[in-house]
Amino acid sequence: MELLGLYNYWIVVFLMMAGFYVVIARGNLVKKIVGLNLFQTSVFILYISMGKVEGGTAPIVEKGITVYSNPLPHVLILTAIVVGVATTALGLALVVRIKEAYGTVEEDEIHRQDESL
Amino acid sequence: MLLSFLAVTAIAIVSLRDLFAVVMLFGIYSLLSASIFLVLDAVDVSFTEAAVGAGISTVLMLGTLALTARTEKKPAHLAWLPLLVVAITGAALIYGTLDMPRWGDANAPINQHVVPRYILGSLPETSVPNIVTAVLASYRGYDTLGEVTVIFTAGIGVMLLLGNGNSNRRRKKGGRKR
Amino acid sequence: MKHHLVLRVVSKLLIPFILLFALYVQFHGDYGPGGGFQAGVIFGAGFILYALIFGLETARKVARPAVIRVLVAVGVLIYGGVGVVSLLLGGRYLDYSLLAHVPAHGQHLGIALIEFGVGTTVAAVMITIFFAYAGRGRR
Repeated sequence: MELLGLYNYWIVVFLMMAGFYVVIARGNLVKKIVGLNLFQTSVFILYISMGKVEGGTAPIVEKGITVYSNPLPHVLILTAIVVGVATTALGLALVVRIKEAYGTVEEDEIHRQDESL
Repeated sequence: MLLSFLAVTAIAIVSLRDLFAVVMLFGIYSLLSASIFLVLDAVDVSFTEAAVGAGISTVLMLGTLALTARTEKKPAHLAWLPLLVVAITGAALIYGTLDMPRWGDANAPINQHVVPRYILGSLPETSVPNIVTAVLASYRGYDTLGEVTVIFTAGIGVMLLLGNGNSNRRRKKGGRKR
Repeated sequence: MKHHLVLRVVSKLLIPFILLFALYVQFHGDYGPGGGFQAGVIFGAGFILYALIFGLETARKVARPAVIRVLVAVGVLIYGGVGVVSLLLGGRYLDYSLLAHVPAHGQHLGIALIEFGVGTTVAAVMITIFFAYAGRGRR
């Protein structure tokens, strides 16, 4: 029963590894960016899980409530999400430009074209 | 329970080869994680994730798919080496979690350091009841300035890479130069 | 998407409320969940929906790219400017206590101002990014 308190972290590790696998094993650049996003979201869940306090409520001050969940991870992740989508957009823009320059978004085909030059 | 759904969605994302389905599943994945944030009391984060993850980033990925390929190429062979690397890293991380404080533990180190000060101080010091907003904008204003600058820079980068939405004729001229 | 009557009517009804909701989230973020980041994203999403349904050219007439491009920078400038004002009033950078007579009210004012800056930048960047992608696609 004691170990059940770690269930969140195990799922986080699983998601993180799923994202990691996609990034290193797959050749398609769009898929790689989806993998990066998987990884990113798993880190978000890790932070938010750590900030949860048993019996606490959302960190908005209200009369009669004494236990709040930790607001600090919320702040960090809130900004990280929006920054994440901005950087994802930048990555996807690079993918679009690579497609226009090479005609493909598969990594091995790009390598082959580079070597045949 | 929700977390298990999340894991199942992740497996589907990894295994599917149709990128359109992958992007749609990623939208579902974002929505699921938004509900998890809600359950874990992070209302602000949940709000952001629902708007950003399930909304904007899905639209952006669909836009990219329209400009690139719809399906992924079939990998030539099953990639054993990455699988091995991932398994070893995952095992190491799981081993690391054994020392983590249990879920919801109010005495965990993360809840001891500066946070009581924020919770007690934010209303008298800033007259803002939402502690997240108070910490975001006041106590950690420098951080947020940095984040906004990152977004600004990313926006400029996309403009530089894709053109900033000028009329078609001018963009074609730029294209020929390349 | 010229022929999707249902989509056009429903989105015409919904878009004003989406924008209004974004403003509510922006200015009510001090009291409930919300703030500049969320409001900016929702505002941007409203415009993106408009562009998807009524076409890119119409959306460009409503939100002129030149104006949006300026707004991207204006948001950051508001944020940094609040910091500079607090410097000029004799405080430290981004220390809002001196913006009003009571320090707590000054903090509140400062937070509202920089949230506005954040919202402006985020909304403008989201619209710009979408225009860039959609503009690419129709060559």
